[in-house]
Amino acid sequence: MILNATFLSAFLGVVLVLILPRRAEHFARWIALLAALAGLAFALKAFVGYDQSAGAPHFQYVTRIPWIDALGISFFTQADGISLILLVLTGIIAIAGVLFSWNVTRRPRAFFAFFLTIIGGVYGVFQSFDLFLLFVFYEIVIVPKYFLIAAWGSTNREYGAMKLTIFSVAGSALVLLATVATYAVSGVHSFDLLVLADHARVVFPPAFQIWAFPAMFLGFAVLAGIWPFHTWAPTGHVAAPTAVSMLLAGVVMKLGSYSALRVAMTLFPQGLEQWRTVIAVLATIGILYGALVALAQRDLKFVVGYSSVNHMGFVLLGLVTLNTIGLSGAVLQMFSHGIIGGLLFAVVGRMIYDRTHTREISALGAMGLSKALPFAAFTFTVASVASMGLPGFSGFIAEFTILSGSWKPFPLLLIPTGIGVVVTVAFTLRALQRSFFAPKEDGPPNPAAHHPPFDPITLAEKLGACLLMATTLGVGLYPKILLDPIMHSFGSPLMHQLIREVASK
Amino acid sequence: MNALTFLTLTPLLGAALVAAVPSRHTGYIRALGFGFMLSALFSALVLAFSYNRALGGIQFAERHEWIHELGVQYFLGVDGLSVMLILLTAIITPFALLASGGTLTKLNVVMMLLLETALIGTFTALNFIHWFLFYELSLVPAFFMIRSGGGKPAAVAAFRFFVYTLLGGLAMLVAFLAIQLATGTFDLVKLAAFGHAGAIDALLVARFGSLGSGGICLLVFAGIFLGLAVKVPVVPFHTWLPDAYAEAPSPVSMLLTGLMSKMGVYGFLRLLLPLFPVRMQELATPLLWLALITIVFSAVAALAQTDIKRLLAYSSVNHLGYCLLGIFAFAAVPHGLPNDRAAAMDGVMLQIFNHGLTASALFCFVAFLERRSGGLRGLADFGGLRTAAPVFAGLMGIAIFSSLGLPGLNGFVGEFLIFKGTFGLVWWAAAVAVIGLFVTAVFLLNLIQKVFTGPLSARWAKFPDLSAGEILTVAPVIALLFVLGIFPQVLIALFNKTVFLP
Repeated sequence: MILNATFLSAFLGVVLVLILPRRAEHFARWIALLAALAGLAFALKAFVGYDQSAGAPHFQYVTRIPWIDALGISFFTQADGISLILLVLTGIIAIAGVLFSWNVTRRPRAFFAFFLTIIGGVYGVFQSFDLFLLFVFYEIVIVPKYFLIAAWGSTNREYGAMKLTIFSVAGSALVLLATVATYAVSGVHSFDLLVLADHARVVFPPAFQIWAFPAMFLGFAVLAGIWPFHTWAPTGHVAAPTAVSMLLAGVVMKLGSYSALRVAMTLFPQGLEQWRTVIAVLATIGILYGALVALAQRDLKFVVGYSSVNHMGFVLLGLVTLNTIGLSGAVLQMFSHGIIGGLLFAVVGRMIYDRTHTREISALGAMGLSKALPFAAFTFTVASVASMGLPGFSGFIAEFTILSGSWKPFPLLLIPTGIGVVVTVAFTLRALQRSFFAPKEDGPPNPAAHHPPFDPITLAEKLGACLLMATTLGVGLYPKILLDPIMHSFGSPLMHQLIREVASK
Repeated sequence: MNALTFLTLTPLLGAALVAAVPSRHTGYIRALGFGFMLSALFSALVLAFSYNRALGGIQFAERHEWIHELGVQYFLGVDGLSVMLILLTAIITPFALLASGGTLTKLNVVMMLLLETALIGTFTALNFIHWFLFYELSLVPAFFMIRSGGGKPAAVAAFRFFVYTLLGGLAMLVAFLAIQLATGTFDLVKLAAFGHAGAIDALLVARFGSLGSGGICLLVFAGIFLGLAVKVPVVPFHTWLPDAYAEAPSPVSMLLTGLMSKMGVYGFLRLLLPLFPVRMQELATPLLWLALITIVFSAVAALAQTDIKRLLAYSSVNHLGYCLLGIFAFAAVPHGLPNDRAAAMDGVMLQIFNHGLTASALFCFVAFLERRSGGLRGLADFGGLRTAAPVFAGLMGIAIFSSLGLPGLNGFVGEFLIFKGTFGLVWWAAAVAVIGLFVTAVFLLNLIQKVFTGPLSARWAKFPDLSAGEILTVAPVIALLFVLGIFPQVLIALFNKTVFLP
């Protein structure tokens, strides 16, 4: 039940926010904060209580309640280390998201209701082991995204919201199609992932897997920003209000990669075998392409948006290495990018854009932001250094682990991936340097340089930033805290049949 | 907490505390930063004296599991080479702070302390990933300190420095990844044992297949070499350096040349030579030529400079070239006379320390010069300063002559030993390198001539001599130049029993 408490507290928050009288609507953010804190508390308690001793079950906190017996659907939630890590991530991002939305004054009740709905849905996906239930939670996430972006967004918001929704819905349609087909072909009359996976090798003929796998995988991977279906990500991220960009990059993209691993890869091992190299190549293209395009951007938020494509490419590459090292790297990277991507969007969207009303890199450079907003400059520097994968931060250990896992199966992809890493450094450094630390130009004074003094960074922003910075540093210095539960999860039958090679210790 | 961990974290704690002080208290910030640097110096001295020289080997080791799945441990310890480099770090960092004479911003004081932690961490780590963590950490403070030179050129120089070094670092990381997959460890001590037995190449081939005549081994070697070659730097991987040294404020250049360049040389001694003794022997001829090109090219390039900082930047490349010459000669003839090999290696170690002292002293004098000239530092801008500022001329002259290798000063001993050893091992390389010595003498004497001798132009008639504070700043280092020139054995005793070396 402790797992269910995560999404229940979010949904309870939604109800409380909605029944709030209009004259007390400024309390909405406090309710949202409490709901987010409660969610993280439950997630952390479950995470800490996860028993990793050798004989302990891989899945814990099992809840199974029959739901629609006629179709073999049940309310079935449980968690392994991978689920728990992502639940904790969701909790952290939820809190940071609320803190960075502290200044939302326009219709705050609706804003925070939608916000908490997404959070609840995300929590749900990460613990569902009934395919139908998982799909329900997955869909709960999609609708509020549209409204949040279209109503509270900025640049090109209707376009961005619509594009994002169309891609998400198209992805879900593929997933739904594959789900229904799986249910029909399996003949076991169950949506239980464990039961289905158990039958996978025997029941699903290769001819079925060869198309069902790509449909299912791609349907999920669209949400993870797989190249060439990534285009919703930059536009959507940019159009979204800050907290939603943070959610999108921080956790919603992880829904895609998590479900691709949990559902598509475990159900169709033979299909995976056939398509594995294709996915690895697409992932590598995403790494390289995301980095190169980010290098050419003039809008700071687009730089961060494309960096998400780049970082998620690592996740996808790690997934298809199919060895414990690469897979654990993929999960680490999901967590790490969630934190770092969230932090980057927080600085760009809230700390900078809400004050400067521009995200043009050259215009920002003229404002002398390192002097005007030193805390924002400091935070962006830390986030950049973490994002470019310098050791000591979570990004390094995650990408390093993925590279380590890729040596064996995809030695040739290391070269483009390595180039991608270098370009990542270049575009991150370029953005950091030109927006925050641009040297004073000689010549006539730039009109953009004359701006009224900015509002100081608020306490809420500082708290949110410190939470995220401490997390990426903590995990970077002591990744064991995540690696151990991940490694324990690989023993489960669900994961076990995926893994081709166990890391030698 | 182990002594070394304590020493590593001392400057970091200082950085955190300084960062918490509001920037307007500039005096307080500098005093606090300086206090922490002195306390690190004190700890380093205690370390140097408590290191058991007779015993040698790795001492003060500390080991904890860190990331078990990847074979990463928190593993540190020091041998004589490490102790010497920690000592150098602890001396040069406060020296640079003093040399700035109160011009440094809070950001730079924080970054200096951060850099000190990164350097000490690099010089003590004995697990590759642990080492790499600190090695890469050093880039961040260096980046911000180079930028603080101001203006677009400094920003470009910092960017190039960062990207080039990181690119090299990445090549090294991927190479070590391959080594770890083949050998199952990142432990530098274990890897050195593998390397000593010539096992690493065989394991690499077993793990990855040969890719045609041992291509994989060559690739791995090249990856590590590239990373270190950019850092030292070796010509032609030096192109980031002149701009970085010239655009950075001079106190920062002191750290770049005095300390950061040593990370590269240290890497050659700690990573490349112990792991690949056979490969280095096979490739000795091209490697030696690279060292010779570095020596001669940089000397000739220095001759062509009109900006004093650029001249010193190339001179720095030149001096580090001798270190590489010694290392490569040492590797080239594993069965050479033990005396020659010992001379070459002792020379390299001395040269590391001496160049650190001398080069940072020279940039310190440039800082003093710029302070008086309003930022001018062209060779042609000065002349006859000896008459106006005799103490300045005298002390800077000592540093220049030390750089030139005058007997009695520290620079001579290291270079002499390198040449003596190299001549016995690979005579032709020593012969070619003499060209470098000759050209170095020309450009350094030219520097003295252009700046200090000749008629004093009216413009500098009121050129102030060194203040008491400035004399006190350089006095300890100038004294060390003499002490090490006359009693080099105080240092040699430290690294007599340096481990790892095949």
